[in-house]
Amino acid sequence: MKYLCLVYLDEKRLPELPDEDCVAFDEGIRKSGHCIASEALQSVTSATTVRMRNGRLSVTDGPFAETKEQLAGFYMIDARDLNEAIQIASKIPPARVGSIEVRPVRPIRETVAQERAARTATVQSA
Amino acid sequence: MTAALATPDFDALYRAESRRVLATLIRLLGDFEQAEEALHDAFRAAMEQWPADGVPENPRAWLVSTGRFKAIDKLRRGERFEALDDDAAGRIAAPDAPETEDIEDDRLRLIFTCCHPALNADAQVALTLREVCGLTTEEIARAFLTAVPTIAQRIVRAKAKIRDAKIPYQVPSPEELPERLDSVLRVIYLVFNEGYSASSGDTLTRADLSGEAIRVARLLAQLLPQPEAQGLLALMLLHESRRSARASASGDLITLEEQDRALWDRALIAEGTALIERALASAGAGAGAYALQAAISAVHAEAVTPATTDWAQIVGLYDVLLQREPSPVIELNRAVAVAMRDGPQAGLVLVDALLAQGELRDYRLAHAARADLCRRLGRVADAKAAYERALALTGLAPERRFIERRLAELAA
Repeated sequence: MKYLCLVYLDEKRLPELPDEDCVAFDEGIRKSGHCIASEALQSVTSATTVRMRNGRLSVTDGPFAETKEQLAGFYMIDARDLNEAIQIASKIPPARVGSIEVRPVRPIRETVAQERAARTATVQSA
Repeated sequence: MTAALATPDFDALYRAESRRVLATLIRLLGDFEQAEEALHDAFRAAMEQWPADGVPENPRAWLVSTGRFKAIDKLRRGERFEALDDDAAGRIAAPDAPETEDIEDDRLRLIFTCCHPALNADAQVALTLREVCGLTTEEIARAFLTAVPTIAQRIVRAKAKIRDAKIPYQVPSPEELPERLDSVLRVIYLVFNEGYSASSGDTLTRADLSGEAIRVARLLAQLLPQPEAQGLLALMLLHESRRSARASASGDLITLEEQDRALWDRALIAEGTALIERALASAGAGAGAYALQAAISAVHAEAVTPATTDWAQIVGLYDVLLQREPSPVIELNRAVAVAMRDGPQAGLVLVDALLAQGELRDYRLAHAARADLCRRLGRVADAKAAYERALALTGLAPERRFIERRLAELAA
């Protein structure tokens, strides 16, 4: 059986969680074979909501805010930029009755890898 | 190769070129903040070098390549390395491309990016005024009666979203263009109005802002000859044609009725009227709000005297406009047109009904319209009360003087 584990938090508390700890956990759970896919997301301020109503595309800033709407699925897509992501999102069938929140993925692994490399370089040069 | 060694007018140069140079630097550097730094570095270098070396033959190209060089320099010194991805590094390091032919496109890219619908609506306006028009954050805050930190935060957040969500720096594809055009037109018209009738302050008009909005609209109408783009351009040209007639030498407001029509700019009227005829012919029954407002303005423009204005046609156009875009402000304008067609009593009934609905209760022009209709009906006390209410609601000095003059006339 597959399960989706959704991560919610108050973004103000994000600094309490070092990226390093999250990536270390991620490496472990992937090795265990339990993890199929995982990503960190950019801040909610980078969110865009896409809807299709009567054949017309509606694009708005911010996350979806309809309390009557519940999370029903997800697509992780690869797109050239936000415009292409919006076009793709608008074709997802539930966009016609609900909302698709488009959030960019935060490259947390790359950031941590760079930090690790920088630390190694400092140690070697010391 | 260089001009005479006179001290260049850097203020004028900055006003004329900084936005174009910035628009191109954003494309080359792929980042708003770095482009702004590079722009300022380039102008600083110009202020250091030009008084001694002379003004280069093509100042704009000089500023672009100097700004880009300064960015490469910072990249090499590692100051901004972490902020640059490989794409940006490749663009910066690329040999000189033919800059000038791309520059107008860059301004369009900048406009479409600043007006991207994925940005907050208020942020679109602030960002366009800041980046496209070059207003300071303080000027924008003043224009919108908002605190400076609020505007600053809107701009910072919008730039962060452009970067983090990867909003591309490009003119939309033909399929996306109509949808994207709506938000661009809205922002352009707001900018025009800021230059044409600033909501507060001492000067009634700021011609440079309106001129900027018209210039941007011309570019748009040329790139995308769609009725609404043409309609907005026509509307702004027709407003602009009355600029020198709508304020006296001392800056006092002159109503459309009292304007010296000989001062109206016939060339702008001809251009605006031709545009709106073309836009209405191609739009047919689908004419949008800008085209309809332009058509109303064109009816005023063709009347040689106020008495010969075709008010019936204007009321008819307001009826269509109200169907397209229901709004109490348009109803107010329609009520004023009805007063001109059927007499002040007919107009006053409509204005009072609108004021009773509540939405226009604090709208200065609603009270000014009521005051004018009461004045014409000889209801002096009602006119006085309404002018005083309008006076309390306006922060614009020429409007205040206009109302004070009317009040003095009533007292006499």
